[in-house]
Amino acid sequence: MPGPASQPKVRVVTFRVDDQDLSAREDETLIEVCREHRIPIPSLCYLEGLSAWGGCRLCMVEIVGQPRLAAACSTRVVEGMEVHTDTERLRRYRRTLVELLFAERAHVCSVCVSNGHCELQTLAQRCGVDHMRMPRRAVSYPVDSSHEMFRVDHDRCILCTRCVRVCDEIEGAHTWDVMGRGSDCRVITDMAQPWAESETCTSCGKCVQVCPTGALVKQGTSVGEMVKDQHFLPILARRRHPR
Amino acid sequence: MSRTITIEPVTRIEGHARISLQLDDQGEVADARFHLTQFRGFEKFCEGRPYREMPALTARTCGICPVSHLLASNKACDHLLSVSIPPAAERLRRVMNLAQLAQSHALSFFHLSSPDLLLGWDADPASRNIFGVMRQHPELARDGIRLRQIGQQIIETLGGKKIHPTWVVPGGVSEPLGAEQRDAILGLLPEGLEIAKRTYDLYKGLLPRFRDEATRFGNFPTLFLSLVSPEGRLEHYDGLLRVKDAEGRILEDQVPPHEYPRLIGEAVEDFSYMKFPYYKPHGYPQGIYRVGPLARLNNADACGTPYADVALAEFRMLQESGPVSSSFHYHYARLVEIIYALEMMERLLRHPEILDTRVRARARSNRDEGIGVAEAPRGTLMHHYRIDETGLITWVDLVIATGHNNLAMNQSIRQVAAAYVDGNSLNEGMLNRVEAVIRCYDPCLSCASHAVGQMPLVIELRDQRERLLDRLERTCQS
Repeated sequence: MPGPASQPKVRVVTFRVDDQDLSAREDETLIEVCREHRIPIPSLCYLEGLSAWGGCRLCMVEIVGQPRLAAACSTRVVEGMEVHTDTERLRRYRRTLVELLFAERAHVCSVCVSNGHCELQTLAQRCGVDHMRMPRRAVSYPVDSSHEMFRVDHDRCILCTRCVRVCDEIEGAHTWDVMGRGSDCRVITDMAQPWAESETCTSCGKCVQVCPTGALVKQGTSVGEMVKDQHFLPILARRRHPR
Repeated sequence: MSRTITIEPVTRIEGHARISLQLDDQGEVADARFHLTQFRGFEKFCEGRPYREMPALTARTCGICPVSHLLASNKACDHLLSVSIPPAAERLRRVMNLAQLAQSHALSFFHLSSPDLLLGWDADPASRNIFGVMRQHPELARDGIRLRQIGQQIIETLGGKKIHPTWVVPGGVSEPLGAEQRDAILGLLPEGLEIAKRTYDLYKGLLPRFRDEATRFGNFPTLFLSLVSPEGRLEHYDGLLRVKDAEGRILEDQVPPHEYPRLIGEAVEDFSYMKFPYYKPHGYPQGIYRVGPLARLNNADACGTPYADVALAEFRMLQESGPVSSSFHYHYARLVEIIYALEMMERLLRHPEILDTRVRARARSNRDEGIGVAEAPRGTLMHHYRIDETGLITWVDLVIATGHNNLAMNQSIRQVAAAYVDGNSLNEGMLNRVEAVIRCYDPCLSCASHAVGQMPLVIELRDQRERLLDRLERTCQS
């Protein structure tokens, strides 16, 4: 959508992140500013170029004076705010969140096509997840291998909805969506039909490239061979929606 | 009054098992059974997975011989793709298989069986292990560890990992071999061959000591099943199935591996989680056969490499005529195969096209049923998959090398128990012989191999009403 003819004037604000003085436009989010300044904040649902969804809660930060944690992807910078991105409490929360993701479905890295190139696996290593403190849910989710080029393995899906957003916001096909609640929740193609039968899918493969795990992969790949390339996304996003 | 002796767990094998000996009123062994006490469920939980995951999934069956599963599984996948893989990829897969054969046989001979052979069946169980061998025969222990290391290093050089490499993929291998890697492997082989030859000579010298065991450790007529090359030579990666009988007559020859269901049936007994394969034309249980090093050497017309062929000729002299029938000589056959593996790896790596960069055929599934057969260290390994039209697994059958020997292992413990165990005066050495005959087969019951000396062994003698009559205990060693 083209923007309005005259843009309102955007102010610049100054604030502190981890004892570092920073300034940014007031319409920027914390995660955008932190990434720009190479302050590491983990995230699995946020991806530059897509709208923020705030689902994975891994980008939580502490804001001085606020008792609740805030998701950096959904929080705009405010004049004078003081933010901490790496505290003991945040590390504990993040580790627990990653463990819960592993407990929810069957993430078995050693046999996964994304082994070694998986955002969930990398994050687990960074968070020090060397074992699980909660029992795994031994529920099997189906694999849809009907598409000629791609495959979806719901056992490896963390419901980050990157596929849903990239398909809607960048490709404009809106093939992917989310169905069901709680542990029955899963991503679907069109009206929950096999991927090969989807009438809207253009087989562009953007969903596969943005998927952080081995849930969406190319057919014909063996263990550890699925390497994803997300460089296209910010470029396409700028062309589709110039600021 | 009849009684049962239970040996649990069986030590110095790969996995968990129990042996029960049934004694009659006179205290003599009436029956003996080998129970596999673990359940894994691979054939079930693989259902619904994409077939390209099968090599990595099924390799987890075992941490000692993952390469065998990797190869059999990838061959089944090649069959699903309906491709013939590039020649360089086939040679590279062969090298990896032989490296594993060498390291696995080294583990069986040096780490698991040499304590019995060198220290004696009746030696103190606390020191009758690889550490005891290290104390009394440090040179031999060092050789064993080094030989195993060489095999593992070759696997790592090729596949990037010692255990569970993922370099072998449906259609070939994922990366070609570099000149530097080839030279590194070639540099290891002469030392390995020296160790293998030295150990072979040492073992030949020891052999007269074991005349008694050689005649009673699983010495009975059975069929032998293995792959052989199209020329009838020793073969571990590809080739055709051959079945020989106890007199050396060839019953089946040049059978394409995917026809194995015509030859082999699988029976189930309620006392073990391991299936009981048998040769179909002879029925169950008359269709008893053996696989593994003994069967391969009995079936092959020749090895095809110089030292191994000399050793093979000496191996044939263990029996006056016909195939070597004693399972005790699995040890001998294993040493011959180590020599062969090291010689053959050298030959494969010196092939002018080994560095060819075309190492992978790409295709999608072109049939709904795939069968892959390779020779694992312990015998013929068969992976058999069916997939749906989207490439998801609908059915799996794995015929594991150790499984083929199940009937023979049961018969062997009956023979050894009848020869050595006297129910009226039990001693640990008697029962160790019962375990030792199982070790001849080097059974691989899972990926779990327990640390030597850590495992408690309890032998209980009970009457029919389960009343405890006698008890022998080997306690945990720290």
